[in-house]
Amino acid sequence: MALLDVENLDVSLSTAMGPARAVRGLNISLEKGETLGIVGESGCGKSMTALALMGLLPDNGTTEGTISLQGEDLLLKSEKEMCKIRGNRMAMIFQEPMTSLNPVHTVGRQIMEPLRLHRGLSKSEAFKETIGLMERVGIPNPSERVHNYPHQLSGGQRQRVMIALALSCSPDILIADEPTTALDVTIQDQILELIQNLVDEEGMALILISHDLGVIAENTEKVAVMYGGAVVESGPTDQIFGNLAHPYTQGLFAAMPKLGMGRNGRLTTIPGTVPDLINLPAGCTFTDRCPLATDECGTTAPSISTVEAGHKVTCHHIDQAINGRGEGLYK
Amino acid sequence: MVGGSITAFLLLCALISLFWTPGEVYGISIATRFLPVSAQHWLGTDQFGRDILSLLMAGTQNSITVGVVAVSIGLFAGVGLGLLASARRGWTEELIMRFSDFSFAFPAILSAIMITAILGPGGVNSIIAIGIYNVPVFARLTRGSANAIWTREYVMAARASGKGKFRITIEHILPNILSILIVQATIQFAIAILAEAALSYLGLGTQPPHPSWGRMLNEAQTLMFFQPMQAVYPGGAIALAVFGLNLLGDGLRDVLDPRLSRKR
Amino acid sequence: MSKTVLKVSKLVRHYPLPKESLFADPKFVYALNGVSFEIKEGKSFGIVGESGCGKSTLARNVMALEPTDSGSVQILGEEVVGKTFNELRPLRQHFQMVFQDPYGSLDPHHTVGRIVAEPLAAIGKLPSQEKTERVAEVLSSVGLKPTDVDKYPHEFSGGQRQRIAIARALITKPELIVADEPVSALDVSVQAQVLNLLRDLQDSFGVTYMFISHDLAVVEYLCDEVAVMYLGSIVEKGRTEDLFASPAHPYTGILLDAVPKPAAGKKRKRIQLSGSVTGQTEKRSGCAFRDRCPMVDDRCKRETPTLREVAPDHFAACHYSKKMMEHGLSKPS
Repeated sequence: MALLDVENLDVSLSTAMGPARAVRGLNISLEKGETLGIVGESGCGKSMTALALMGLLPDNGTTEGTISLQGEDLLLKSEKEMCKIRGNRMAMIFQEPMTSLNPVHTVGRQIMEPLRLHRGLSKSEAFKETIGLMERVGIPNPSERVHNYPHQLSGGQRQRVMIALALSCSPDILIADEPTTALDVTIQDQILELIQNLVDEEGMALILISHDLGVIAENTEKVAVMYGGAVVESGPTDQIFGNLAHPYTQGLFAAMPKLGMGRNGRLTTIPGTVPDLINLPAGCTFTDRCPLATDECGTTAPSISTVEAGHKVTCHHIDQAINGRGEGLYK
Repeated sequence: MVGGSITAFLLLCALISLFWTPGEVYGISIATRFLPVSAQHWLGTDQFGRDILSLLMAGTQNSITVGVVAVSIGLFAGVGLGLLASARRGWTEELIMRFSDFSFAFPAILSAIMITAILGPGGVNSIIAIGIYNVPVFARLTRGSANAIWTREYVMAARASGKGKFRITIEHILPNILSILIVQATIQFAIAILAEAALSYLGLGTQPPHPSWGRMLNEAQTLMFFQPMQAVYPGGAIALAVFGLNLLGDGLRDVLDPRLSRKR
Repeated sequence: MSKTVLKVSKLVRHYPLPKESLFADPKFVYALNGVSFEIKEGKSFGIVGESGCGKSTLARNVMALEPTDSGSVQILGEEVVGKTFNELRPLRQHFQMVFQDPYGSLDPHHTVGRIVAEPLAAIGKLPSQEKTERVAEVLSSVGLKPTDVDKYPHEFSGGQRQRIAIARALITKPELIVADEPVSALDVSVQAQVLNLLRDLQDSFGVTYMFISHDLAVVEYLCDEVAVMYLGSIVEKGRTEDLFASPAHPYTGILLDAVPKPAAGKKRKRIQLSGSVTGQTEKRSGCAFRDRCPMVDDRCKRETPTLREVAPDHFAACHYSKKMMEHGLSKPS
């Protein structure tokens, strides 16, 4: 039995314009110690997936399908039971550490709180543990920093505090939603390194959500590429980056400026914009932007096919897409 | 929508009362005092035999005048000062804000009483008093919200285009704080009506025989126990007006926002 | 030799901090500590650095949007520093700006037509016919429809909004466009569209860019020359190819190394910076980078390195740039 098994997860958000289908038919399986990356552009459903896993969807969101954590279906849990699971067995770190920390409490107090709540430690034990955790995540002078307020720390250190907070109850799964997007590259590097090391040492599973293909490529073992609320390509990271198949993944990769590319080449662009989640097209959601689209794509949703072991792609024209990779699909 | 209709209804009452009222407003006839509700006097008559409905309608006129004039004084002077403070910053801002802090330190009614005490009681003076009380309210609100707009990138872009502070204030700052001001104006309108009623109640506002909701309350007070309805009617009118204006304010804010109005 | 569009010399900007007590010495944020560079006509000059390095302050000072403490900014040979806002107005048509946030930089109460026409105010009164034509022309050059003029910004996506912002910058036919992180708020596929647009506009109008970004790959794609800033100073500058191929300052080397590469293969071991950007409020002797530099030694603490030529047209402010260029990043032996 896998640690986390998500089957046919659907998330829809009711809006004034009608229901927005933020996530459709998502399947994820994660073993202990495994790292999974979810990559996609804004509005592709990656953040909604994370919130659904944590049971933190906004009030207008509804879920269908199953999310089973060691065999227990989280979607059937009450809010009270989910509270116990959050922070205890699953923890999450967000993009902007400033807004996820309470500005009127010291960081020490905020780390201590879950320790006392979930692990029932006494005040002095929790304090000791807090200093230990802060040291663990690489905050210099933890015994001084413990008394600081969030605004007195730099962005990188705040993110470290968030990680300490997430670690406080040694969760089985750590979900990191764009943990380094608000940080500078050198700080990003430190934070990702820290997350990597912690995952190795603690044997946690990691779900890393990012829009940055580079971050995903360097920090995960498996990857799922999302577009318009659904996974279009998934598999082992090395295999996918070595063998891009889906036209969207190829386009996304080609559109990204890469170091060492120089000024001679020209960036490939994907025409058009992301689909409207309220009025999704009937067939493949990428149809109107895809260079290979045919009538079939517009009418019927493509099924999942396997390219190599574990490398799955949802596209009607995979062979054509793979063959066209050499000269580039987009003109 | 509801707010709009209530406000329109009040306006209509005031308009009609200019030309016609169901009964006599100024005439006193002891013979017809304390008449119960009847076909001729829909809400009965008061201790002077005046038709209560007519008094209410004529009182609307008075309340609307007070509201419009007092809020206009507050809006023009207050918004002007607030925008000036926000555009100039430095000592100009300091001066304007300390001045408004100073006037804020007095409770609204107290300062109105003070002003009427200086200028003498009377309808016009009470309006001026309420208007002056409104100035710092708008000055502070304007300056606060305008300062927030000044930090926006589109203001920076306008400055990069070479636009001066005056033009930016007119073209960017004012339209972007307008919805806040309008909501506040409707609230102040309601407060002005209340304040006028309070001043009249205290005998500092509208003088007899001119009808006013506040004066009606004042006169009804002494008769509270054997003619309770006489106090309920003007009280209800004030409550209705305040409620309607607040709803109207919320509605107007939505209409004024291009993001919201386009979608409907 | 083509003409110089922008010449910045020894630009200094210190922000005073609120005093801690009445008798405390005034403290400053040292945002710019003597920055100098030149941009030639039709070129793109990139400025990279992390948050707090002073790159946005530099943009605002070049645009004369805030007072400068000392130094000079010359646009097409005209001095900008020291001029009053009114004196600058006729000059403004020659330099325009594109901002980072496509949501914050467009007034939500104005139509697209009005937003795009805004910079024309600096030129003076134009017949409305001509105004309409220029708006339509510039909108189509950024790939928007002329019929979009009556729409409001909220009806557009982030990428389209950034096109509107670029159209606004282009309408006065400026020689220089200062772009402060113009693509960092955009998604990858949209970012590529905007970057290509910026390139195409340069080809067709010959406009010069001062392009500020934290993203090295974007700068490499767009810029002819690049300057790396650290704590208010330029630590390295040169032609993009040279600087990226053989960085002469350890900070540049580390920045380049820290960019995650989207390719198959395990994460490489890198030299990480210790600590984070601090000390913007104190003026220190020695090299500003010394606390984080893997190559630091005693000399770096004593002497402040100055910008000097390490190769033709390639400048760096490091005592050990030779070693850096030959051996790459390494601990001092």
